[in-house]
Amino acid sequence: MDIVVCIKQVPDAASVKWDHKTGTLIRDGVQSVINPFDYNAIEAALSLRDELGGKVTAVTMGPPQAQDAIREAMSMGVDHGVVISDRAFAGADTLATTYTLSRAIRKLGSVDAVFCGKQAIDGDTAQVGPGLAVRLGLPCVTCVGEMEIMEGGAGLRVKRMCEQGYDVVEVGFPVLLTVLASLNTPRVPSLKGKMRARKADIPLWSAEDIGAQKDKIGLAGSPTKVFSTHIPKFEARREMLPGTAEEQVDALVDKLKEAGII
Amino acid sequence: MVVVDLEKCVGCGECEDVCTFGAISIVDEKAVVDPDTCTLCGACEEACPEGAIEIEGEDISPAGGMDLDAWRGVWVVAEFRHDRFAPVTFELLGKGRQLADDLETDLTAVLMGSGVGEYAESLIERGADKVLVVDSPRLEQFLDDVYARILADMAQKEKPEIILAGATAMGRAFIPQVATILETGLTADCTGLEIAPEGRDLLQTRPAFGGNLMATIICDSTRPQMATVRPHVLKAMEPDASRQGEVIKIDPHEDLLKSNIKVLESVMEEAEGPMLTEAEVVITAGRGVENPKNIALIEKLAHCMEGGVGATRAVTDAEWLPGRCQIGQTGVTVSPKLYMGFGVSGAIQHLVGMQGSEIIVAVNKDPDAPVFDVATYGIVGDVKDILPLLVRRICQERGND
Repeated sequence: MDIVVCIKQVPDAASVKWDHKTGTLIRDGVQSVINPFDYNAIEAALSLRDELGGKVTAVTMGPPQAQDAIREAMSMGVDHGVVISDRAFAGADTLATTYTLSRAIRKLGSVDAVFCGKQAIDGDTAQVGPGLAVRLGLPCVTCVGEMEIMEGGAGLRVKRMCEQGYDVVEVGFPVLLTVLASLNTPRVPSLKGKMRARKADIPLWSAEDIGAQKDKIGLAGSPTKVFSTHIPKFEARREMLPGTAEEQVDALVDKLKEAGII
Repeated sequence: MVVVDLEKCVGCGECEDVCTFGAISIVDEKAVVDPDTCTLCGACEEACPEGAIEIEGEDISPAGGMDLDAWRGVWVVAEFRHDRFAPVTFELLGKGRQLADDLETDLTAVLMGSGVGEYAESLIERGADKVLVVDSPRLEQFLDDVYARILADMAQKEKPEIILAGATAMGRAFIPQVATILETGLTADCTGLEIAPEGRDLLQTRPAFGGNLMATIICDSTRPQMATVRPHVLKAMEPDASRQGEVIKIDPHEDLLKSNIKVLESVMEEAEGPMLTEAEVVITAGRGVENPKNIALIEKLAHCMEGGVGATRAVTDAEWLPGRCQIGQTGVTVSPKLYMGFGVSGAIQHLVGMQGSEIIVAVNKDPDAPVFDVATYGIVGDVKDILPLLVRRICQERGND
């Protein structure tokens, strides 16, 4: 099995501070981490390899320091990794990103399964997985909450979760899946894995290395652009209800009666 | 990349101030841009009083000079599953009607499924001028690839300038495929849509950075302009049975109906009470409920008020309530008549999922909890004191134990 897992380095939500007065991100001390859902994608890729054999390659697009994300994936057991890195990729929206990732994955050779996290927590679009599937000509199942290998190993039987329930879906290889946090529990890196990851040579592929067309990458290849930004204002309308617990509850019940809710 | 003309730059720092991403610093009285941090958003270019900043490469049109005027009309993708329309379908038609009127063009609803033809009229009642119906037994189940190919094929033929769909599990699964096939822009999870004051571009507003920032996105060089829209943020029109419209049946080519995926079964889980996203009352448990025992009281209160039970991420992570109850950035968005939060501190990631509620009641021990900033009525107190009293009072009022 040739398995690919796409990962993304994102600012650590826990360390991101926001200056609400100026509407800017306070970057001091912000750590970059692997997008949380991508750990589940890595685990899904590794468990599939453990069952069916083969190798797992982690792919990420980002600045050269995204090598850290690849090293962490390798410490968990991923076999190979590559960083697609070029200033020309800057400003990529999801359409340009799927093109870039697809060029790199094609360069890797044949592929039987691609795993992505459900979405990245910095952009929250959930668009790269399904878009990449189209680029690679693969069937796609999103929001996978359970996964098992079909009899004979010809494909996967998965639960696709939606608002009110789930679909049980069968899909043959090759396939692209986007996975939920509930799918699995990511394994902890082993000491041996950490040693191997530290020494690993992780290639950086440029736009030229993946044979990318200039008008399909970065800002030029991105049909969506940021027109403006603003800081959301929450309406200040609060009325505090004072007193003892009994008085507070009485006051609230009166307010809800006035509003016609009870 | 961002290029600073050092001749023109006076080091005033305007660009540094407007950079949301902290990518610009003033070094030796000149602006220096960190290319790895910069997202090329263009805020600095706009802000520079000296015209010293330029974003290079932005004039290359991805579609190689697409004829934008060949694309006209607004489309709304209807979501019909398990014998009913997703409510977001009607909300999209309400907004789509307004956009189509602004553009002086038609509003078309696209209805795909099996045995769905008879429901086309209700889309006209909700604002559509036309309904394109693709009715096939092959569409009984939701197949991402088939739905994507059919919609993309119709869009290539009919050339709408705007396609809107719900940011539901289904919309978020197949709409990105459609945008990729059409090689056009797609904005996820929009909360606001307007036509630009000049021209016909769609201004698409969505939360970024967990709701700390609202970003308005445009797609000005390709068509169609595509957006998924969060359920419950737009207003649906009241149905008007006198509205007239045209229903057009489309028979997709056999090749488009072939799928590589097979849906064995589609299971609806019975949730107690109304669906969270549609409930008029939402009672929410936060970390401050402290004890899973208090969850039973939250559920009882929700039951008395015929409401839904919501939770913050801390509560679903602790498995005190199932994941589907999670409200916020990585959960569902609710905008009920009444939202009550017990022990909810009000992290921005949660607030973005409930700030549209009509009345917000917050109960929290900490008088400085950010939830009070958005609350209509705030009670500083311990959940374990307030909640049992409130349950008793409200269940009495409703004559319902």
